[in-house]
Amino acid sequence: MPRVLLIEDDRAVREGVALALRRQGHEVATAVTGEEGLELVRSFRPDVVVLDLMLPGMPGLDVCRALRALDQTLPIIMATARGDDEDIVVGLEAGADDYVVKPVQARVLEARIRAVLRRVAGAPGESGIPKLDSYGDLTVDRAGFSVTLRGAPVALAASELRLLMTLSASPGQVFSRQQLLEAVWEHSYHGDARLVDACVKRLRAKMGEPGYIETVRGFGYRFASL
Amino acid sequence: MPQLRGLRTRLVVAFALVAALTATTTGALSFREARTGLLQQSQDTVIAQLRAQTNRLAPEVVAPPNEAELRRFAAAMAATDPSGTWRVMATYRGLSATSFAGDRFEELTPALRKAVDTRLATVFQRVNSGDHTALVVGMSVTFAGGVGDSGLQVFLIVAQTKEQAYVDALVTAIERATVPALVLAVLLALLAARGVLRPVRALRGATRSIAEGRLDTRLAVDGSDELADLSHTFNETAAALEASVAELRGMEARARRFAADVSHELRTPLAAMSAVTDVLDEDAARLDPDTATAVRLISEETVKLARLVDDLMEISRFDAGAAVLHLDEIDLAESLRRTLAARGWTDLVDAELPPPDALRGRVDPRRLDVVVANLVGNALRHGARPVLLRLTEAGRSAAERLAVIEVLDSGPGIPEAVLPHVFERFYKSDAARTRTEGSGLGLAITAENVRVHGGSVRAANRPEGGAVFTVELPLRSEQLLQGQADGDASARGSRP
Repeated sequence: MPRVLLIEDDRAVREGVALALRRQGHEVATAVTGEEGLELVRSFRPDVVVLDLMLPGMPGLDVCRALRALDQTLPIIMATARGDDEDIVVGLEAGADDYVVKPVQARVLEARIRAVLRRVAGAPGESGIPKLDSYGDLTVDRAGFSVTLRGAPVALAASELRLLMTLSASPGQVFSRQQLLEAVWEHSYHGDARLVDACVKRLRAKMGEPGYIETVRGFGYRFASL
Repeated sequence: MPQLRGLRTRLVVAFALVAALTATTTGALSFREARTGLLQQSQDTVIAQLRAQTNRLAPEVVAPPNEAELRRFAAAMAATDPSGTWRVMATYRGLSATSFAGDRFEELTPALRKAVDTRLATVFQRVNSGDHTALVVGMSVTFAGGVGDSGLQVFLIVAQTKEQAYVDALVTAIERATVPALVLAVLLALLAARGVLRPVRALRGATRSIAEGRLDTRLAVDGSDELADLSHTFNETAAALEASVAELRGMEARARRFAADVSHELRTPLAAMSAVTDVLDEDAARLDPDTATAVRLISEETVKLARLVDDLMEISRFDAGAAVLHLDEIDLAESLRRTLAARGWTDLVDAELPPPDALRGRVDPRRLDVVVANLVGNALRHGARPVLLRLTEAGRSAAERLAVIEVLDSGPGIPEAVLPHVFERFYKSDAARTRTEGSGLGLAITAENVRVHGGSVRAANRPEGGAVFTVELPLRSEQLLQGQADGDASARGSRP
């Protein structure tokens, strides 16, 4: 029973989405404002947050940053109007894992929620036996879905973790943005490549030097074979 | 040769012609008057002098004179002229003698001689012989009181070299005056041309500027001549044009903003409705048939409405200039194949695509997907199978490479009257306005998406039947734009 926190100010949208998600078997809590949503994160402990970017009071982007500050790994899906391009980029850089464009059909939102949850499916210690791969100072536990850098755990959001695991599985191999969109976000081939770029940016910021992820101009990204 | 027909040339030619004509006419008239006066005066003087001397010397002639007497008389007559240029001949009934011995008096014409014979008046003639002019005067000597002919005739030839020199000097003077007059005329013409041409040139520049869209172009008006009037009128026209265009743009912007606002406002209720259409679909089966039909209708139309609003929002962004290209270098054939696959069209459409990685280019993958999906969807809906999707490369040089995407169907084609309008918004080929599956914006959005790529799209009918839509997209390969990037060669080699 995945727990979904829906932050949406419009009553009809809130009720409609909540109804649809509940019927899909989710446990849903709703908040009208960002402040209320941040409260609920503490009490409701959701598995995923669906955040409307157009909120009265505290702006959606600020809510996104506040959520990230509260929890580095909590999956966040933004609901935006297409064309609010600036907001999408800022939201992704603020740490959102994915976004949907309103109006969105329930089954599309549901698919995105499932996909983002799959990225964190393997909770630590689930299988018990770690499957460790080391790349220089970086260690990836493919069974435990965790990453350590010089022995210290790195808190990665769902999409960041999945992206790192996908790239590091074949060091030196170049992945196009479209391939990564399909592999990590389970989007269509023609999805928004900015998801990949923003996620790579966040990942690089968290892992610091040396650059584990290289840009191959004109083609995509690859994990450096150190 | 437009330069020769230019205002400047015409002014110069006109001024020069007027100056030449004036100088020539004035010169000719003054020349004629001066020459006549000069010659008249000189011949009056000569005749008067001849008469006076004849009156003085004739009475001394012994009558009837013999040849020696005549010669003496002629010499005496010639001697009276101080310059000594007189040549005199005296005749008396067949006898003749000249002042210079052997002078044949060739200038003396028979006509003059005859005139002297028949008339008692003094007769004169100007004779040009060779390069000099001579005045020939003849008279019969009569008795005092005019009672009869004495039979004595006197002829005089005076070379008019001095008069000729005066006339020549006059001609030279006129010629010399004409040349500076012509030069002055040309200079004045150029000056006048400049005075006219400068405002004309400014006007031309300003008109071009307006034509290029700079509607705030104005001319500096100085002076109060017709050209200043024209500049003033131009400024008024430009101001009026600017105001109308501003008003039109304002109206258009308001209309577009209204469309955008309406779509925006529709989106929130649609978001709520879209969220629950799946619930309606799932439960419709359990409702009584009428309610189930109603519920399914609402669900289906909600989905269509959502798509329409989405398309409207998309076109509004193009109108607002807010459509942004997110370029990524991709394998175009792969992109097209994915577009077909994502919509389940792989088996419905024949695809002629280049091999993997043969045709890469920087495009916005999402927009390319929209373009191809709209064109293929359109062909499947309005055309007939087989539908062919073809991707080829064209372009004159490596820097101008183009991807050419063609969608060909085997349907009835597009009526000629409709062809120019197929990319218009909500254009319906028949007046009945039957609603089709599409929003009516598909091809308009296609055209806009191609346009933001800097490409072109056109529709035509194939000679063998069916319609063909052709898209040309500039490839702008990143390697071409920015040079060979680090690691590209190895990247190509290590691709799966």
